[in-house]
Parts: sequence; structure tokens; C-alpha cells
Amino acid sequence: MPESAGLLDATELPRLFDALRERGYTVVGPTVRDGAIMLAELGSAAELPYGWGVVTGAGRYRLHRRSDTAAFANSAGPQSIKDILHPPRARLWSADRTADGVTTTGPDRPPRYAVIGARPCDLAAMAVLDRVLSAGAYPEPIYTARRDGVFVVAVDCTEPAATCFCTSMGGGPAATGGFDLAMTELADADGHRFVVRAGSPAGAEVLSALCVRAAGPRAESEARAAVAAAADAITRSMPDESLPDLLTGARESPHWADVADRCLTCGNCTMVCPTCFCTTTEDVADLTGEHAERWRRWDSCFDLDFSYVHGGSVRRSGESRYRQWMSHKLGNWQAQFGSSGCVGCGRCIAWCPAGIDITEEAAALSAWRRSERAQPCPP
Amino acid sequence: MTEPVPYRVTTREAETADTVTIELAGPVLPEFRPGQFAMLTAYGIGEVPISLSGGGSGGRLVHTLRNVGAVTAALYAAGPGEVVGVRGPFGVGWDLASARGHDVVIVAGGIGLAPLRPVVAALLARPADFGRVSVLIGARTPADLLFPADLRRWGRHAQVEVIVDRPADGWAGDVGLVTTLIPRAEVDPAAAVAFVCGPEVMMRFVAEALRRRGIAEPAIGVSLERDMKCGAGWCGHCQLGPLLLCRDGPVVRYDTVEPLLRVREM
Ligand SMILES: Cc1cc2nc3c(=O)[nH]c(=O)nc-3n(C[C@H](O)[C@H](O)[C@H](O)COP(=O)(O)OP(=O)(O)OC[C@H]3O[C@@H](n4cnc5c(N)ncnc54)[C@H](O)[C@@H]3O)c2cc1C
Ligand code: SF4
Ligand code: SF4
Ligand code: FES
Repeated sequence: MPESAGLLDATELPRLFDALRERGYTVVGPTVRDGAIMLAELGSAAELPYGWGVVTGAGRYRLHRRSDTAAFANSAGPQSIKDILHPPRARLWSADRTADGVTTTGPDRPPRYAVIGARPCDLAAMAVLDRVLSAGAYPEPIYTARRDGVFVVAVDCTEPAATCFCTSMGGGPAATGGFDLAMTELADADGHRFVVRAGSPAGAEVLSALCVRAAGPRAESEARAAVAAAADAITRSMPDESLPDLLTGARESPHWADVADRCLTCGNCTMVCPTCFCTTTEDVADLTGEHAERWRRWDSCFDLDFSYVHGGSVRRSGESRYRQWMSHKLGNWQAQFGSSGCVGCGRCIAWCPAGIDITEEAAALSAWRRSERAQPCPP
Repeated sequence: MTEPVPYRVTTREAETADTVTIELAGPVLPEFRPGQFAMLTAYGIGEVPISLSGGGSGGRLVHTLRNVGAVTAALYAAGPGEVVGVRGPFGVGWDLASARGHDVVIVAGGIGLAPLRPVVAALLARPADFGRVSVLIGARTPADLLFPADLRRWGRHAQVEVIVDRPADGWAGDVGLVTTLIPRAEVDPAAAVAFVCGPEVMMRFVAEALRRRGIAEPAIGVSLERDMKCGAGWCGHCQLGPLLLCRDGPVVRYDTVEPLLRVREM
């Protein structure tokens, strides 16, 4: 793997797309759609969101025009690499009745995707999903097949949003692993260009098909400075303590009722979260009953039916469902999969219609626990 | 592990008004151990977790299931020759090794006897390896009692006690909650292990009664039920705090789950 960085002119991006397509990849990347930066199959590099920026806040996401032509100077959108590798709907199998029983066909072979513009928090989320869906005793077939074939072109974050807190979860803003190529975008008086590095032999091979010059110390240090400035610009953070301990200690906190007053239990946070992996299944049959299929689709722990067992749901109240979500992300995930379930991307904050902010709720729980500990005697 | 393996129903026996035991035959899968479960598919309807109630090797599986909804209704109706999809074995079963050399108390409520039946069978098959066996069973009514033939057979080698919530004409046995049988278990509590399965509230009361009897929480195994959509650790439905019950359960040591069960709506 080449250690020294290369310099790729923005005008080379179409060649990158071509090189990936020639190698059999379906290219997916960010593009402006419905007032947001979405992930879609891209026909050409021209569809990238050149000159678009994003402003986010709690319950807020707005596009705006930038003064430059940067394509990736925008933070994580409502979708993530999860949407590609762990799609919202997929067929698990189909079965046909035959004279001597049933013949079953497994999932379709997925295309090999090249994901352009994956964020460092996407890479962190992919590492989390690898643990959840591929590293257990039974690798999940859809994710694992897509993951095995994927080619990732990551982009370091230079324009984090107000909702980002990856620095406090160890996810960004620099891409540190899990990519085939990683780029830092520079768009200034010296032109629109990318300092690029390969993270895998496949990445190095693709680079060899492009016109890459040596970046040189100046571009390299500009790139480093841009990412360092991004890290400095991130102000949100999680409380500096063991989050699993915090959440375990806060199971009976009255604060959950306070969140429940605001939470609409809509499940938006779980849909946009790049690590929320929960699914349910739907079995369907044709009218004759000779052909049956099982589909798997995203589900959310905010849904009342999510915990349904004969006789009723386990988590009926909104507060118990919010507690499940936050305790899973920040606490129980660690016991279940050996990592945090939150990478600090801030999507759940921006896309919460009620503007609920997981960092503020964690801070509130932390304050409650401190006040509990301060009590000399239990009430 | 994604696609169900087609098995055929070989026998179907009604246990009670709403419960059947079906025997399935099909391609050999890894061995199912007592307490483990299968995901059973009624094609075109859905898939549900059902414990092993007998068999488990050589392509032969026995399941006892209660008709409570769409999928169990379809499985309940499946007669000999019909095809049922099987995935498994899944989960952690009863820790029989922990019972070696010890007295064993088995406490079952309702359909909870189904996953315990292979445990009793395993204990009685190797009497030299275990101490005394006490089987305490609660049922709603005498007509809801499962496996009467097994109970008679077990009674020759083990203590078997039955209690019903509501008696019927001709019932001369005990009436009340299964917890009332616990003081009667003929075991040495200081050196006994317990395996418990039934409704969650019943298991909590049973564990408390066992504790009062002198059987410590770490020696109590319980089998828990949560919604399960995959059995394989993929769907997230079976969470109980830090546990994924399809993977870390369904059988768990009571001392590890007691603090979790105590929290409302966990
Ligand atoms: C490990 C394990 C072992 C088990 N072993 C046995 C056994 O040996 N024998 C036995 O009889 N049972 C056993 N069970 C219980 C059995 O799995 C359930 O009874 C079964 O899943 C019910 O499915 P159903 O479709 O028939 O019932 P339903 O209640 O109709 O369906 C249950 C599922 O359908 C959906 N659903 C249906 N209605 C609603 C609604 N109103 N709101 C929301 N969702 C709804 C939910 O997704 C729910 O998960 C076991 C359960 C577990 C977890
Ligand atoms: S919980 Fe929120 S901040 Fe954390 S990874 Fe999920 S969407 Fe991002
Ligand atoms: S937070 Fe909820 S939806 Fe997300 S992974 Fe956990 S249980 Fe599933
Ligand atoms: S049943 Fe799907 S994760 Fe446990």
C-alpha cells in the first residue's frame, strides 16, 4: 500500500467513476434529492453535490449554496452506508412446493457496490455492523454478501455539522481504516483537488488507473490542517465517563419520563442511525399457496409491536422504549457486541422532529446520577 | 441458517384443547440439546421459536406447541405429511453439566413443561450421574396437563407432583400455585440445582420460593421468552438489557437476569 499521498484533480473524478464501473462496481454516492443529500446510484460524477453545504441542529437539516465547488463539504445526510449494506427491504428466500416437498432459493446475489464519499462515521458504523451482523456465530447473509463485495471511497470530514460528536466517540473526523481509498477535499485558490491515499490493494490498483500526482508537502499539510480544524470545530460531546455504567445506573431514573414527554416514538432516530440494525420479517404467499417468500425489513425498538409476545408488548410506555434505544446504543451494545452502538454521527439529533439530542439526554442522566450519589441516604 | 430446511410432520398428537405435539423428520441438522429451540416456519404464514420437546438428533425433532396466534395456529393444524420449515438449533440450553452429582428440582408452568421434558428424560436416562429428581408441575386445569403418560413413567423414578389452578370434577390432587409444591420437593437444597420454565411472573415467584427453600439463585436456571424474529442474533427483537436471548439464552442463570426482570418494561 502506498504510504505517500497522491493528488487527484477534481476533473479526474469522472475517471474514478469509470474505473470503478470497469471493475464491475455499481457506483453509489451522495447527490441532492428532496432537499437533502441522499445516497443514490450515480450515473456520473456530475451528480455529486458540488457546491452544496448543510446546516444542521436539533430537529434541523437545511441545504445551502456554498461559495466554492466542494462536493463533500457537507456532513452526514439522512442516509448512511447502512442503507447500502443493510438495505431497508430484502428478500431472504423464496420457496416453491414440489411433488416431494419444498424447494428453497436463498437471497439474490447482490451487486458489488462502490460507495463514494463514505464518512469516517460511516466507516466506524460499518465496523460496528461487521461485529453485529458478520462476526457472530451466524453471519447475516445479506449484509455479509454486500459487505464482502464493497469498495469504499471515504472522504475525511472538513465541514462537520453542529450535530456531530464523532470526536467523542472515536469515529472521526479523519478516516483511519476500513476504506479502499480515502480522500481529503481541498477547494481553494489552488483549485479543487483531493489528497488521496489507498487503504487496500484494491484501492491502490484503482488509483493506478487514474492520473495521480504526488501531493507534495504543501497539499498534504493543507489537508491535515483542514481535518484538524474540523476536529476543533466539533463542540458536542458525550459525558466523559463510562457510558455503559451510566446507562445501567440510570435504569430507574425519573429522567426517562421527561424524555418521554417530548419523544413522539416515531423511530426516525433508528432509521437514520447508521448502526441500528433491527429488522422484522414478513412472509408472503401467492394465492395458490404454492409459492412463499420471506422478506426482511428494518424495524425499530420505538414501535409498540417490536417487543410483542403473546399477551402484549413488553415495552408499552414511551419512556421504556426511549430507554431501550439509548441504553442499547450507549450501554448494552458493549455487552452484546464489544463496542459502542453510537459513532457520534449526530443523525438522530438532526432528524428528530422533536429535536431530542442524545448528548443532552446523556448529560442529564449523568447529572441525575451525580445528584443521586450526593444523597447521604436513600429517600 | 437463513433458509428453513423442509421437514415433514410424521405424527401429530393432541395434548390438550389447544396444544399438540408434532414429530418432524427431515435432513440431519446439528444436534438440538434440551432447552435449545428451532425456528419453525409455516410456509407463507411466518416463523416462530419453538423449543425442543423431544428427539433432537438424526433428523428427528419433537415439538409441543400451543395455538395462540397466526403462526402457531398453522403449525397446530399441520398434519402428517405436511411440510414445516426448520432452522436451528439455536440458543443456550439447560446446563445439565451443572446438575451432575446434584439433586435436581424441575418446576414447570403450563407449556413450560415442553422444554423441560427432554431434561427429565436425560436425567432419568443416567440416574447414576444425578441425585434425586423432583418434578413440580403447575397447570391451569386438569385438562391442561401435558404428557400424562410421561408423568406416570417419570413417577416410578422421580418425585412428580402436580397442582392445578382450577380443579375439575374428579380431581383429587392439589389446587393452587406451583410455588406451594416447592417446600415438598424431596431434595437437599444445599446441593440442588433447579430448572424452571413457565410464564415470567411464575418464574419470579418460583425463584423466590426456591431461594427461601435454600436453593441459591446461581443454581437456578430459567428459560425466558421474548419476541424472536431470527433466532440468530440479527433482528434485535429478543433483547433483555445486555442479553440477546436467542444467543445468550433462552436458558439463563437466574442470578444474571433477576436484576433485569426487576426493572419494569425492560
Ligand atoms: C425460545 C422460545 C421457545 C418457545 N418455545 C415454545 C414451545 O415449545 N411451545 C410453544 O407453544 N410456544 C413456545 N414459544 C412461544 C411461541 O414462540 C409463541 O407462542 C409464538 O411466537 C406465537 O406466534 P403466533 O404467530 O402464533 O402468535 P401471535 O401472537 O399472533 O404472533 C406473534 C408475533 O406476531 C406478531 N403479532 C401478532 N399479533 C400482534 C399484535 N397484536 N401486535 C403486535 N404484533 C403482533 C408479532 O410480531 C409477534 O411476534 C417459545 C418462545 C421462545 C422465545
Ligand atoms: S445514536 Fe445518533 S449519533 Fe449515535 S450513531 Fe446513531 S444516529 Fe449517530
Ligand atoms: S436502538 Fe433500537 S432499533 Fe437500534 S439497534 Fe438497538 S434495539 Fe435496534
Ligand atoms: S431473535 Fe433475532 S436477535 Fe435474537
